[in-house]
Amino acid sequence: MRSTVAALLAKELTLEWRTREAVPAMVLFSIATYVVFHFGLDRDRVVGDLAAGVLWVTLLFAAILGINRMFVAEHEQGGFDGFLLAPVDRTAMLIAKATTLFCFLCVVELVAVPAFALLLLGPPLTQALPQLVLVLLLTNVGIAVVGTLVAGLAIQTRARDLIVSLLALPLLVPVVLAATRAATPLLQDGGAGALPGNWMAILAIYDLLFALIAYAVFDFLLED
Amino acid sequence: MQSKLNVSCRHPAPARYLPPRPSSVLPVPTTDPVLALRGAGRRYGERVVLREVSLELERGQTLVVFGPNGAGKTTLLRILATLLRPHAGEVEVLGRSLPGDGYAVRGRIGFLGHEALLYRELSGRENLRYYARLYRAAPARADAVLDAVGMQARADDPVAELSRGMVQRLAIARTVLHEPELLLLDEPLANLDPAASAQVAPLIGARAPGRPTRVVTSHDPSGGLRDADLALGLKGGRVAFLAPAAEIRPQQIAELYA
Repeated sequence: MRSTVAALLAKELTLEWRTREAVPAMVLFSIATYVVFHFGLDRDRVVGDLAAGVLWVTLLFAAILGINRMFVAEHEQGGFDGFLLAPVDRTAMLIAKATTLFCFLCVVELVAVPAFALLLLGPPLTQALPQLVLVLLLTNVGIAVVGTLVAGLAIQTRARDLIVSLLALPLLVPVVLAATRAATPLLQDGGAGALPGNWMAILAIYDLLFALIAYAVFDFLLED
Repeated sequence: MQSKLNVSCRHPAPARYLPPRPSSVLPVPTTDPVLALRGAGRRYGERVVLREVSLELERGQTLVVFGPNGAGKTTLLRILATLLRPHAGEVEVLGRSLPGDGYAVRGRIGFLGHEALLYRELSGRENLRYYARLYRAAPARADAVLDAVGMQARADDPVAELSRGMVQRLAIARTVLHEPELLLLDEPLANLDPAASAQVAPLIGARAPGRPTRVVTSHDPSGGLRDADLALGLKGGRVAFLAPAAEIRPQQIAELYA
């Protein structure tokens, strides 16, 4: 299984490096959205819950762009059949795809979070950064797992983009809610507050729950 | 000839082009068949695309499948490849029942469909090495099959930049990469020039000693029958004829396309 996941992951990253279809679009979308918020809210700086909300809603919509592209190469170039014909555990594709989306989100955040801090965030980012990274990582796990599940389902339909938005957004509301509540004290004026453990726990439990659901049903999404 | 073929029809389909055959002509196989279909059928929604296909094929034999577009040839191959579930009847491949035991036979089947199953942005070599890892084949095997299909010189070019014939050669290389026991070939020589066809022929089992069991679809009566032991004619998803290849007349094949 590890070798299969490694092969799939290497293929995914090579394809993204060659085509540059997902990550640049997600980065540009994030920055453009922060610019729109900057002018739309008519504020130079946001703090607390508003800052956390703007940060995560933007990252969520950027993630939708990546989720929409997740299985396109498999669907259009026969990668699904090639994978299904091989004597490998189908869960390997779930792990590889979720890991790929997780990596994409991390790369996007490397650019988008500093851009957010520059364009909108009131308090300096440096003090909150270590704890914010923890929230970002847990959020990325949730988005990656739910996104992979939804993308696997939507790719079998004609209205892929619509299905992804209709399913992923409601399913990811708890992730965004928990991430926003967890990050609110970190983005307050006057220095970062303590990281709320209860919201981090909710985020972790939600990640685990959807990882188990995805593990249970993903094989059936790939089968005829 | 017929006694060597061990062809049996446990659920004889309507023989529209052949007279009914006495049971003595179709003896019971003496060994376990590599393929056994008993009343196999498949539908897409309400539309039945394959119905009541029954046949057996022994190790090393070749079944050629004729039929016009939409006759059910590709559906039959995809069922045998474990990519589609049969909706009726029983299907056994390499001694295992499908779809339940599909996991046990996947690594022993080579499937060449209409799509090459290659990523366009990867090179031929990268694609084959990717599949070699999925099939746990040695990386050197990818280079060996690239040589065998005559694609070593263009092996590092992206598949998107290759001609259809070259892509077909890579697809054949992918199909035989893991040295499968059963080859399922959907018009394997499509888009190939005569020299390329001759080059890949030994790889896909034509005229090769100790060749794998094969199911090959074809629209070419003479070429299709040349290397076949058994011929199946499909029309509208139904079996039009099923007989030893040596007994099939060109007229019967022509009638399929009429």
